[in-house]
Amino acid sequence: MNRTRLGGWGVLVLVWLGLVALFGMLADHFLSATTLTTVASRLPALSVVAAGMTLVIIGGGIDLSVGSVMALSGAVLGVAIVQWGWPLAAAIPVAILTGALAGLGTGLVTVGLGIPSFLVTLGSLEICRGLTYAVCDSRTLFIGAAIRPLAQPMPILGIPPTVPVALAVVVAAQAILSRTVFGRHLVAIGANEPAVRLAGIDTATPRVAVFALSGALAGLAAVFASARLGSADPNAGAGLELAAIAAVVIGGTSLSGGSGSVVGSLLGVLVIATLEAGLAQLGASEPLKRIVTGGAIIAAVAADALRRRWEGERG
Amino acid sequence: MSGDSGSVALRAEGISKAWSTPVLDRVSLDLREGEVHVLMGSNGAGKSTLAAILGGLVPADAGRMTLGDLPYAPRSRAAAETAGVVMVLQEMNLFPGMSLAENLFLDRLPSRFGLVDRAALHRRAGVALERVGLGDLDPRIPLARLGVGHRQLVEIARALDRRCRVLILDEPTAALSARESDLLFDHVRRLVAEGVSVVYVTHRLDELPRIADRISVLRDGRFVAEHLGGAVPPEQLIEEMSGRSAPQGSAAASPPTGEVVLAVTGLERGARVRSVSLEIRSGEVVGLAGLVGAGRTELLRTIFGADPAVAGSVRVGDGRAGLSRSPRQAVAAGIGMLPEDRRHDGLLLGQPIRVNALLLPSQPPARRGWIDRAAEREAAEAIRTAMEVDCTSIEQPVGQLSGGNQQKVVLGRWLAAGCRVLLCDEPTRGVDAAAKGTIHRLLRAFVGRGGGVLLASGELAELRSLCDRVLVMAGGSIVAEFSRGWSDEEVTAAAFHQAGPTPARATSAVEAGGRP
Repeated sequence: MNRTRLGGWGVLVLVWLGLVALFGMLADHFLSATTLTTVASRLPALSVVAAGMTLVIIGGGIDLSVGSVMALSGAVLGVAIVQWGWPLAAAIPVAILTGALAGLGTGLVTVGLGIPSFLVTLGSLEICRGLTYAVCDSRTLFIGAAIRPLAQPMPILGIPPTVPVALAVVVAAQAILSRTVFGRHLVAIGANEPAVRLAGIDTATPRVAVFALSGALAGLAAVFASARLGSADPNAGAGLELAAIAAVVIGGTSLSGGSGSVVGSLLGVLVIATLEAGLAQLGASEPLKRIVTGGAIIAAVAADALRRRWEGERG
Repeated sequence: MSGDSGSVALRAEGISKAWSTPVLDRVSLDLREGEVHVLMGSNGAGKSTLAAILGGLVPADAGRMTLGDLPYAPRSRAAAETAGVVMVLQEMNLFPGMSLAENLFLDRLPSRFGLVDRAALHRRAGVALERVGLGDLDPRIPLARLGVGHRQLVEIARALDRRCRVLILDEPTAALSARESDLLFDHVRRLVAEGVSVVYVTHRLDELPRIADRISVLRDGRFVAEHLGGAVPPEQLIEEMSGRSAPQGSAAASPPTGEVVLAVTGLERGARVRSVSLEIRSGEVVGLAGLVGAGRTELLRTIFGADPAVAGSVRVGDGRAGLSRSPRQAVAAGIGMLPEDRRHDGLLLGQPIRVNALLLPSQPPARRGWIDRAAEREAAEAIRTAMEVDCTSIEQPVGQLSGGNQQKVVLGRWLAAGCRVLLCDEPTRGVDAAAKGTIHRLLRAFVGRGGGVLLASGELAELRSLCDRVLVMAGGSIVAEFSRGWSDEEVTAAAFHQAGPTPARATSAVEAGGRP
């Protein structure tokens, strides 16, 4: 772990604490268990999707299809439980597998045909949304008690069990990124793919695998989202890709690939979720919330660019 | 054809230029009105740099220029064009997706009320195309529909439409067919008749009788000789371009004795690699000489599988003969490559030495996919020490290192990988003298341990000091082979073989300079 990375994380933690302190002063009941629950409920789905997105972006790609893949996995989950009567323990792996297969298809087309992933995932975004409507007949599937406990706050901790699972996923993804050969090669590919190919390294496998991983994590996010709502909504995840990309960018990952961290993206998710919760408590209108969130994204990217320029000038 | 009497259109005096090493050393040039003045020289002689200075692309470090009677010191290409000096670049500066007319007038589209005046645009484009003999083309078609030769003519038409007084052509026929070259020569002649002065950069001897009014020969950044008219004996020019360095080293070539580590048979790839066969034995450094565009880089890339071969086979040691379809297969077979452009093709500039030195399929050291960080640091430190990389630590980003130290990192990677054959493309370009010595020593040590090296270099001194044998490439083929004790003249003559006036004459040049 190098100093710059810890420094980057430190800045994000300070920004987040600053936001908590700000809203704590401005809103009477911000520092409360209710807020914690609100933020915690938003956290799991977005942070695992952002973890997958981080790896894809570090590898030099982008995955716009995560929202639709999440909806598709959710629909499969709902059908498995409601229509086929499967137990939750059997339905969850199927939902994750659905996401992984969707991601695998995206990865194979992207790498096999040499098309930018931006365009391929723009297509699979539509395809997966269409498949979702087909699977659940365009209706919300009510799952109910079978899945609710996953999203209920646990005694004493006050957070649902999905939160520690999501945190474990983030830690695992960070470990894969910084401690495995796959992660090393992924960073290298994002930094300079031709050089990696000329070093005799197989670049196709990691590039395909990272999309499958991103899909699988979108599938896991579908489980979290369905648990929170108690149902599978075919319109779920609309705009999720943009929220995930925003979190990744706020977390300090370079959109051009080759550098970044999953833990940074988690902090990015925390900043976004806290900002939204705080604004809601202040009674900010929906338009204002969106304007402030958008401004925060630009501010984060601008701060990062200025920092790099400054470091570049120092040599 | 003008003689010494013509007035001077563009005069350059005492021009010097250095990048990391001196490229031009007090070179002077008089370009007279209505003449074609050819700049000749082999690779690295400084002819393209001089042309670029005249055209305003790069500033000179010292010296002064006058255009007509006025001082001339263009700060940019646009400034040079305004003054009437237009340069046509080797790499063409055109947009394939746009129409011919748009390409011709992109920076000064005729407009009415803020909209492009298409009628005027196409009328003017027609006139401009007519001037280069492309009057039968519709200016509305996209440039992408034209071949490379015609595109070059479009670029020239673009230059001519600027009422230029001086036209600079940098190896314009490199991409042209014989017929297109003829067409180009006709146009250049017509322009000269109209009073335009032309600076013509080339290394092709066969073009001289047809185009040159005056020839200036450069060698190693210095002015060597000037000839009036194009009828200069090729032997004399070759001698002037290569210099008269006496053969060095031991005349008796040690016969290669080791077993064959790399055997290439009948390798084919388009026009740049034509049925190339060669063998490299254990313990040998084999040099690849040739002019720019002779196909050296393409040959190395094709052997390595970075560009797919059309036919032929490559065998490493006792391995299976076949074609590498990817660098991955080549590396698995025991081949490594130092690419020509190490910053783009060899390194991850933002990543530390530790990552770059271990950028290989079998690295970094790992157990079940998890990196063994202690072993990784150890391996990287070992490479750093063995390669004498000058750095603060193995965590320093390679982008902060000097060119020589960057190259040592790439070299160290392949040596640590245990490959048997190293393909080196200009391994010491942009590298300081000390690092260059280290790299040469490390390569010799590598072959001393039983490896083989195939090394392309445009620098004859490097080939001389490092290589046991030198293969000369021209036009995609290997045209000559020399053992130790060769002279610059022999190798240069062989390199010009295909570019020379006739094969018979080039051969005689080899014989004339062919002292053992």
